[in-house]
Amino acid sequence: MQDRHTFRKKTVPLITMISPVTAWLILLIALPLLYILVISFCGTDDAHNIVFHFTLKNYAKLFDPTILSIYSNSLVIALLTTVICILVAYPFAYIMASTTPFRKTLMMIFLMLPFWTNSIIRLYSWRTLLGTNGYVNLLLLKIGLIQQPIEMLFTRGAVVLGMVYTLLPFMVLPLHTVIDKLDGGLHEASSDLGAKPVKTFLHITLPLTAPGIFAGSIMVFIPCLGYFFVSNLMGGGTSQLIGNVISRQFKEAFNWPYGAALAIMLILITLLLVRIYTKTGGKIDDLGVM
Amino acid sequence: MRKKRKAAAKKYTSRVFSALVYLFLYAPIAVVILFSFNTSRRNVLFEGFTLDWYKQMATNHALLESFGNTLAVAGVSTLIATVIGTLTAIAMFRYKFRGKTIIDLLLYIPVVIPEIVLGIALLSVFSLVHVPLGLGSMIVAHVTFQIPFVVFTVRARLSGFDRSIEEAAMDLGANRVRVLTGITIPIIAPGIVSGAVLAFTLSIDDIIISFFTTGARSTTFPLKIMELVRSGVSPDVYALSTIIILATFVVVLISQISVYKANQRALKSKYKEKQK
Repeated sequence: MQDRHTFRKKTVPLITMISPVTAWLILLIALPLLYILVISFCGTDDAHNIVFHFTLKNYAKLFDPTILSIYSNSLVIALLTTVICILVAYPFAYIMASTTPFRKTLMMIFLMLPFWTNSIIRLYSWRTLLGTNGYVNLLLLKIGLIQQPIEMLFTRGAVVLGMVYTLLPFMVLPLHTVIDKLDGGLHEASSDLGAKPVKTFLHITLPLTAPGIFAGSIMVFIPCLGYFFVSNLMGGGTSQLIGNVISRQFKEAFNWPYGAALAIMLILITLLLVRIYTKTGGKIDDLGVM
Repeated sequence: MRKKRKAAAKKYTSRVFSALVYLFLYAPIAVVILFSFNTSRRNVLFEGFTLDWYKQMATNHALLESFGNTLAVAGVSTLIATVIGTLTAIAMFRYKFRGKTIIDLLLYIPVVIPEIVLGIALLSVFSLVHVPLGLGSMIVAHVTFQIPFVVFTVRARLSGFDRSIEEAAMDLGANRVRVLTGITIPIIAPGIVSGAVLAFTLSIDDIIISFFTTGARSTTFPLKIMELVRSGVSPDVYALSTIIILATFVVVLISQISVYKANQRALKSKYKEKQK
């Protein structure tokens, strides 16, 4: 009797509510990821079909010098983007935290507003701004900073700019969360005890806001490795990312097993970074959007 | 005196710094809007005012169709993801069960791993089981990355939920479905709405997952722009983007202002209660 009661009261509603998501997650997340792990150990025939026999050659190809240089280029771009995002987002989040609630709300709305609109078209219009005869060059010429227009588009710098532009809010949000919670009293106590502002910042503020920096860094660094469209638009093929190589294997070269091996490497890098993040006390929950 | 001057300098630098950040964020948007009225086809410098691109956009069927596809995919996928995600969040909040941690873990995967990995994994499986690539496969793919965001947003709202209200309704004779639709869902509605809005915007703006999971014949607005980049994006794309941007701004501003006002009202009534 008791069992039937629990069955009706708990098991039936639980199964109805949980089975759609279970099916979806298994069929469309777990299995696809396992499948690319499997094909990463497979070869292809002449017609680019996947042939299921075990081989390590896709992984051997990962140590090709050209691929290694793309990996290092990717990591450099991701690192530069992360550092610039921290340098911009930290003071910005600080300003946001120390203003009135009304202004804070306004600042937040106008920070997020662009990200509700199409990112491709916003990225594309940077090409107008940064072009050889574009407005940025005109401005720099006018104030005499440069004598001749400089080539800004299709460089690594342009790719980094595009990445920062796309990912900046993901750094501001976690930083704002930690800075907003800072206890102003600690700050005062420190300066009352004679610490200079720099010292207070290094010994009080920075350690207390470190979790936000780490969470933001993960949320900026990892997408950078895969955002091939930013490199396509801003780098014009000059600055290749891991994402570009993967997408080429699937859409142009049709060597899916090799592309899968590259993707597995990307997963391993991600897992490593997330592992370091959680080991240093970071919470997985802080990595979601908002 | 010195302290005052220092504070003024600090205020001034803060303002300049924030202004520069917003300039960085909004300059490209200004370019999109400005160049949608530009007489020159080349998006280099502004040469003169015209409305021709808006007329041309209205007859550019390929462009309008791609935008229609974007809306269709986003609408359908958001609906599915919101239903599944809300049920999941409620079930995970109410019950303890075996496999809960596994579901939790799987939900984090699309949030943490680079989108490109999910994109190629879905493409591989679709081709393995011969799913035709098109709007349908794109919708399935979008639901996959939307579900976690809906679950997390609804779950955040549920964390302050008092379960005794549900029990009281049951004691008063309401059945399970009635409790869910009459009590639980209305209370967590703000969480469901913000989860759905987030899912919708993620879908509308998605490039990477769509790039891998769509077929040759069905393209979305972002993918169409990517395709046009090679030959040069003509200003009619800017015209359509301007309309979308302005519409989005109006909707977001109105909703944010109403949220702000509601919060203020809640604060005020709390304050009054305290005074009593």
